[in-house]
Amino acid sequence: MTVTINGKAHQLSTAPDRPLLDVLREDLGLTGTKYGCGEGQCRACTVLLNGKPVTSCLTPARLADGKSITTIEGLATGDRLHRVQQAFLDAEAMQCGYCVPGMILRTVSLLEVTPHPTDAQIVEALDGNLCRCCGYVRILAAVRRAAQTTDGGLPHAE
Amino acid sequence: MSTTYNVIGTRPIRHDGADKVTGRALYGADLQLARMIHGAVLRSPHAHARILRIDTSKAEALPGVFAVVTAADFPPAPADKIVDFGEGDTLLSSLRGNILASGKVLYSGHAVAAVAAVNAHVAAEAAALIEVDYEPLPCVLTAPEAMAPGAPILHENLPNGNVAELIRYEMGDLAAGFAEATVIVERELDTATVHQGYIEPQNATAFWSSDGRIHIWCSTQGSFVARDASAAVLDVPVSQVKVTPMEIGGGFGGKINVYLEPVAAMLSKKAGRPVKLVMSRRDVFTGTGPTPGSRVRVKIGVNDAGKITAAQAWLAYEAGAYPGAMVGPGAMTVFACYDIENVLIEGFDVVVNKPSTSAYRAPGAPNSALATETVLDEIAEKLGIDPLELRLRNAAKEGTRRADGPRYKRIGCIEVLEAMKASPQYNAPLPGPNCGRGVAIGFWFNAGLPSSATLSVNADGTVNLIEGSTDIGGSRTSLSMQAAEVLGLRAEDIHPTIVDTDSVGYTGVTGGSRTTFATGLAVHDAAQMVVEQMKARAARLWAVDEVSFSNGTFSANGQSLTFAQLAAQLGATGGPVSCSATVNPKGVGGSIAGLIIDVKVDPETGKTDVLRVTSVQDAGKAIHPAYVEGQMQGGTAQGIGWALNEEYFMDADGDMRNGSYLDYRMPTALDLPMIETIIVEVPNPGHPFGVRGVGEANIVPPLAAVANALYRATGKRLNRVPMNPATILGL
Repeated sequence: MTVTINGKAHQLSTAPDRPLLDVLREDLGLTGTKYGCGEGQCRACTVLLNGKPVTSCLTPARLADGKSITTIEGLATGDRLHRVQQAFLDAEAMQCGYCVPGMILRTVSLLEVTPHPTDAQIVEALDGNLCRCCGYVRILAAVRRAAQTTDGGLPHAE
Repeated sequence: MSTTYNVIGTRPIRHDGADKVTGRALYGADLQLARMIHGAVLRSPHAHARILRIDTSKAEALPGVFAVVTAADFPPAPADKIVDFGEGDTLLSSLRGNILASGKVLYSGHAVAAVAAVNAHVAAEAAALIEVDYEPLPCVLTAPEAMAPGAPILHENLPNGNVAELIRYEMGDLAAGFAEATVIVERELDTATVHQGYIEPQNATAFWSSDGRIHIWCSTQGSFVARDASAAVLDVPVSQVKVTPMEIGGGFGGKINVYLEPVAAMLSKKAGRPVKLVMSRRDVFTGTGPTPGSRVRVKIGVNDAGKITAAQAWLAYEAGAYPGAMVGPGAMTVFACYDIENVLIEGFDVVVNKPSTSAYRAPGAPNSALATETVLDEIAEKLGIDPLELRLRNAAKEGTRRADGPRYKRIGCIEVLEAMKASPQYNAPLPGPNCGRGVAIGFWFNAGLPSSATLSVNADGTVNLIEGSTDIGGSRTSLSMQAAEVLGLRAEDIHPTIVDTDSVGYTGVTGGSRTTFATGLAVHDAAQMVVEQMKARAARLWAVDEVSFSNGTFSANGQSLTFAQLAAQLGATGGPVSCSATVNPKGVGGSIAGLIIDVKVDPETGKTDVLRVTSVQDAGKAIHPAYVEGQMQGGTAQGIGWALNEEYFMDADGDMRNGSYLDYRMPTALDLPMIETIIVEVPNPGHPFGVRGVGEANIVPPLAAVANALYRATGKRLNRVPMNPATILGL
């Protein structure tokens, strides 16, 4: 199958029902996408499929055929962080950092659709992304901060 | 007089931040090695059973399988050998028995065998081909049941049935104390088993080289503890094992023990290749240590002046399959916030057929504080005294003796209570009916333990920091800030690296709220040595005897050089400067935390909404206030989850029925409001900057604060945590 990953076309050969998470991590070495539960309940494995967030642990590889995927590794442009990455950094929105890739990608998709979200919309968007360090206060602040900065969109969105 | 700092108390961006927002940070499961193969672990379906036979032949014959191990592959554990985990010891036989069962399985999820194969799928398939014949035995799942006569016995060698240890602390004259009391309240409260819940599952990769050296890469709170425990289980000298700590995706106490490391090593020895093992979420719930469920009874008497005259506690904690339920700290902390003359505390460490428990953030203390703090709430109500005022009248202070022996040096109990009283939340009205406000406080010792650090000065004026404390919540930066403060540099001028166990002096676990305190002390001492050596270099340059150093500038006789200017001249003045320090600090400062929580309960459904929360804690000195606030908010949120929702649902056969995030519900962004924080700073005299440590005390008050708030909202004193809708409605 053919998949565009972080702006680059890849020819992949894999069992069609293999979790997209395994393909990204094991075949492509994109280990920024994390396993947390394997059943779509923690969203640490969130990637963007054609710009929409999906839990890659529950997404069969075949659903990515002909589509475009953005992982945490594909957000920055060279040394320049995506504004959501920068906001998470500036707001100190992490302790252990394990949930951060999923949180950032979910935020990117939120801001693409809703550039100026209300607090309720932010909470609704991130509600399923678990952070056991429970840094939700700082994470929500990071999302607000990202929404206030205007530069930088999703570099590889179609 | 307050000290003025340049770096301490500021909020620099963390050194590992860019790696963590770009996905470059390598956690344990991210490791890839040449020729690496993958493992799977077979776990017991029974909570208690005799293992009659294990046949691994079909698994070994499956194409793609490299090795299979069972307990029989490991060296025997002498009955009385102890493994030092730094924060606590454990019997080698328990550790060894928990890693792979021999003779009996003691809980559903107990590891029985492991396989290494070309990939994880083949390994899982092979594990399923291992035949185990079990003779199921009756199981026992709670401490009161396990203590009852006739209960199924887990270990034949314990002297008191399933009670592994009895603890007793006594002080004063209990009967006389209760005789003086005009109000006496006694309550018994149960808490359910809960899990630390870190999102990153346990993982370990090991390579047993042909020269006998064993290299382990894992997510651990303590690389040296993982090294020592693995060496003990494998019965090799510690120097034969090197542990490289990878980034760690949360631990909260649950990543101090080893589970997979020795198994991966033994598989590697057999296979001759590096072997990686990664747990599934269900493995994490059923195969690693949760924190104990408990039953705690507390009786407190007070006189008319609101002074506690006597206090008695009885605690039974579920250790899980092997002894070590953290009932000791539970017993030591049960009345630790108060100055009480007459005390009796009895604790029971009880084995049951559940996963072997491990530390979880102030382990043991939330369970016991729940009882004390709800009893005090009831007493305050009976006396018509404000609940904070009642606590203030009895608050521990410098010189107060705890029932387990120690006398406090400076302790911030009064300061925390005063800050709670003065907080905006405590002085705001509740919004309406069915609402309640609860308060509680809690104590945690904090730990000392050895730590090491090396500082090397670079010619460009920056400094490399080599350390061994795994960074779970920003310790690279909180340590760098302490070096920068001493050296007159900026936090970003320090480059911290966490290295393997061959590359730095012994360093204890990142646990016990100790890293910023103890490793910080090592960093501070190494930085002072750097300053002394740099002064000597300047003295040589200027041909003077005395050089002073202030705000990053060396000076003497009107001449001066900045740190960076002098660093550039080290080559010409005798070569590089590099200093190491190892500390084993004794001046640990305990921390007091308090919580105010407002809730609203729906009387129809029993659902609790958390409306407003203020967390107050004595940090001693907040090195990086954002991280201190983060710890306070994190511990508070975990405690609220524990109080309201979280619980292992075990069926009668001891099988966990909710071993997934779908059914074991942890707090999400939607469940919690903004958690306001008030940092109190009563400096710890045992640390140069006054640091106490802030990771744990904050999880102690929430169970009781929630219980007290629910009482004020519903009029009901509940006797069981979690206080979920079923408990609240009395279903």
